[in-house]
Amino acid sequence: MKYVDEYRKKDLILSVAEKLSSASKKEIVLMEVCGGHTMAIHRFGLTALLPPTIHLISGPGCPVCVSSQHFIDTAMAYSKIPDVIITTYGDLIRVPGSETSLEKERANGSNIRIVYSVLESLEIARKNPDKSVIFLGIGFETTAPLTAAAIIQAEKDKIPNFFVLSAHKVMPPVMKALVEEGVKIDGFIAPGHVSAITGTSIYNELVTVCGLGVVVSGFEPVDMMQAILMLVNQIESGVPAVEVQYQRVVHSQGNVIAQKILSDVFDLRDDTWRGLGVIPRSGLKLAEKYASFDAERKFSVEVPESTEPKGCICGSILRGLKTPLDCGLFGKKCTPSNPVGACMVSGEGTCGTYFKYRS
Amino acid sequence: MKQKESKIMLSHGSGGKMMHNLIEDLFVKHFNNSILNEQTDSAILSVSSPIAFTTDSFVIDPLFFPGGNIGKLAVCGTVNDLAVSGAEPLYISVSFIIEEGFPIADLETIVISLAEEAQKAGVLIVTGDTKVVNKGKCDKLFINTAGVGCVKNGNNSITKGLGIIPGDLIIINGSIGDHGMAIMNIRESFNFKTDLSSDCASLNHMIHEVLEKTTVKFMRDPTRGGVATVLNELAGKVKLGIEIDETALPLKSNVKAMCEILGFDPLHVANEGKVIFVVAHEFESEILEALRNSEFGRQSAVIGRVVDNHPGKVVLKNETGGRRIIDSLSGDQLPRIC
Repeated sequence: MKYVDEYRKKDLILSVAEKLSSASKKEIVLMEVCGGHTMAIHRFGLTALLPPTIHLISGPGCPVCVSSQHFIDTAMAYSKIPDVIITTYGDLIRVPGSETSLEKERANGSNIRIVYSVLESLEIARKNPDKSVIFLGIGFETTAPLTAAAIIQAEKDKIPNFFVLSAHKVMPPVMKALVEEGVKIDGFIAPGHVSAITGTSIYNELVTVCGLGVVVSGFEPVDMMQAILMLVNQIESGVPAVEVQYQRVVHSQGNVIAQKILSDVFDLRDDTWRGLGVIPRSGLKLAEKYASFDAERKFSVEVPESTEPKGCICGSILRGLKTPLDCGLFGKKCTPSNPVGACMVSGEGTCGTYFKYRS
Repeated sequence: MKQKESKIMLSHGSGGKMMHNLIEDLFVKHFNNSILNEQTDSAILSVSSPIAFTTDSFVIDPLFFPGGNIGKLAVCGTVNDLAVSGAEPLYISVSFIIEEGFPIADLETIVISLAEEAQKAGVLIVTGDTKVVNKGKCDKLFINTAGVGCVKNGNNSITKGLGIIPGDLIIINGSIGDHGMAIMNIRESFNFKTDLSSDCASLNHMIHEVLEKTTVKFMRDPTRGGVATVLNELAGKVKLGIEIDETALPLKSNVKAMCEILGFDPLHVANEGKVIFVVAHEFESEILEALRNSEFGRQSAVIGRVVDNHPGKVVLKNETGGRRIIDSLSGDQLPRIC
């Protein structure tokens, strides 16, 4: 299959691995920020191909995992309002809230529907003018433009019963926050699809202020091995920079139209990340111009203070401080069928990935 | 057919004249065989050997899909459950639960498919039932079936996987994931422009040929939950490990592409025309030859083997040399967000 098979060639992967072995001298820690990267590393067994000097830690780049418990509890509260239809991407359906999950609420009679695109939510709103359709907007710069496009479409088509509960987030502030918090990181493997939208300049501050290199990487094994090699070369030569490995997709300017839509529809706000706390200007809320589509402004619900599940170390895992193997619940009380923490729910969560690809 | 109405009404299931006409004009007309035509409360059957007896329900949405419809699927599913148990399928029952307002023309199309597939598989539809429920009380049409087949000597423990030892081969009769992804493509309105269609097929003739020519230790059809679920159940049952070679898995490029886009594992995607066989390694060429003689087995392949290591677990060796455990699914496969 084009764009896939050629980036999974064993001899190519091994030849990059060989180059890495001779290039890597210092003991270093690299963070793969994105859950998609964590999954690729484990799926293709890349850690076994790295020299012992290179340590990979997983970052907070799984949108389901970092969505706050308060967000899930709010969604659950909305689902109990009469004549409300909740639409959501499938990953969220099993995330445990403080007391229950969307899946359990659906079984209790709430109208909760899984969609594959936010535009389907718009269709549902169009077909059900007597109901309020609330889309649970999660994801980073990759998915937020789609939500923004749907909101613009809803305004254009005058669909007054379409709303968004936004937990959309942006990537750079959390990366900077981790470094400032003292997590030992020598370089970042950054998600290619984020930069496909934003371009690469969003990471300049990490280089100029934190002195860390960032390589924007694709998701196939050859991509990732090459990105690691680029970071190793930067670190060994002492010249951190923002570089793009994923050149077949990412342009340094990014997708200018998507950026315009994003900045038109959303404003930055301080936002809560599960396990990490409040990070300044890291979340996206609907701008004043689109306030009528904002579920938070339209519906007021009482949401009790959220409690993190006992024994769950998702927060430390999302910071790269611990791995799922350090968690007493992992694989015992917490499994994909019965997840305790959000990192176990998503296919791209670190715990879910460790569980799936354990061997 | 002579039905005046174009839609199913509650009266079609009430036991009166309309129901009688529906049975005559539709079911008896198309299923037509001497046992059914008696229209007795029970079909009287003669079977001289031990029997395999199965039941299944079909609630697929949409009812019509590339490669078949709910009627064809009902026959294939029932026939295959019997055939993988080492039985020669003989008789099946078909019961309909129909939502009021269902188009009679669609019902006839489904009934014709049932009849055609039964004929292909060589089974008789000998009894059935019709219920009509109020609008909204069921989703268009559900079918429940039961099936009976005779089990020849020597085949009655084939479902148990007795005598499986390390070194035995895992074989499948063709590409995986076709049915699940074909259904998903139309159900979720992805509208990927692809000629992907369900692999839905009655496999009893192919399985008969295999059992005539070689010795099979275990058979199972990897329907819901896919190949991964069948192999996990088997590994747990025989307390041995199973090792699968990813590069050997028959996988159509369009199924692979859809799975890549959605983040699905084709090993977890449903099939409706596939069987997994376990055979001793010395029978490899015999079984592959028998399978490839069938139109449903041309792409048959050895996909893995039974091993001493990791008892109870299924491990996949991937194309890049990595290894990972393949679990059963804990719920539906969910597409990734980004």
